[in-house]
Amino acid sequence: MTSQIGQILAVITVAKDSIAGGAPIFVEPTKERMQQTAFTLEKILDAMVHEVSEETLIVVRHQ
Amino acid sequence: MFKQLLANEFVFPLLLGFVFGILCRVSLLRTDYRQYPTYPHGKIIHVSLGVIASALGALAIPALLKENYTAVTFLTVAAQQFRDVRNMERTTLSEIDKQELVPRGGPYIEGIAMVFEGRNYLVMFTSLATTTAMILFQWWGGLLMGLIALAISTKLKSGKTLQQIVDVVPAPVRVEGKDLYVGDIYIMNVGLQDSQNVIREQGRGYILVPKDANAKVTISHPGQRQAILHDVATQLGVFTDSGEPSLTPLVKRDLHTGRLGVFLLPQVKDQDRALSVIGAVPILESVFRMPQKSKTAKQEV
Repeated sequence: MTSQIGQILAVITVAKDSIAGGAPIFVEPTKERMQQTAFTLEKILDAMVHEVSEETLIVVRHQ
Repeated sequence: MFKQLLANEFVFPLLLGFVFGILCRVSLLRTDYRQYPTYPHGKIIHVSLGVIASALGALAIPALLKENYTAVTFLTVAAQQFRDVRNMERTTLSEIDKQELVPRGGPYIEGIAMVFEGRNYLVMFTSLATTTAMILFQWWGGLLMGLIALAISTKLKSGKTLQQIVDVVPAPVRVEGKDLYVGDIYIMNVGLQDSQNVIREQGRGYILVPKDANAKVTISHPGQRQAILHDVATQLGVFTDSGEPSLTPLVKRDLHTGRLGVFLLPQVKDQDRALSVIGAVPILESVFRMPQKSKTAKQEV
């Protein structure tokens, strides 16, 4: 609950053109695959998945 | 030698004060849902310190009457000693807190540590008052004073609880796509559909409505909110695990009205129990605010 600084660990998207930047980007063909990848990454990274838009999810570590 | 000991005029007052001091510490030492102090070793530590405290309290007045003025400086040593108790509790609890699924949070730990220090002073007060009363009056005076001191200590034992300053109202948990709400209060963004489904099934929501301006400021403190989450998690269980950051119970504030939206994932889904558990959460002493006592800000905060 104290001051939380989020850090984007990964970006998962189906819209490749709208994404660029420093975090690892996972491009998936469908939204189902995007959800599956996000699920896997959440468990591996112990970080939370947030939805930025319908095409893009980000994995953020809050601490 | 035994006779010589009994001939000392202060033996019985000292004993009575000592006994009442220990009784006080034992009666104040409760292991409840917090499972703290732990049994048996945590308890042994605190009973032993209570014995020391009651001995020191009982000794003060007889030492003065014997014109042994330097003996009183021992009380300052005692105060130092009990400050260390506070440090000890703080360190232990902070270490434990790192591994909790739902941590207590710093202010809650400070509160518990403060209680442990304070209770030792209550013990000293009890034994001091008892011994003094027995020296001034007869044994019955000591007994009476001891009982009164015990009663006062018991009264001072527990502080306020949340139900005195807020109304707890059940509210539905709504998952609208990525957005999670409790009633009309926005809680967080949940991206995984899997987690959204779990939250729909397992989530429970409550809204805390502050009764006045003081309450509004007090419950806005993040430490107080974390204490609510921790207390509910210890008493009703929590549907989460390490590596499940999406399943985190959370409290968010409605900025316009000062209400709190409490999003919970309890294992026990009994609503009445949840209401009473939230109502019984202690108000943290270090967090309690009273803006209405301010001379400049009499108006509603």
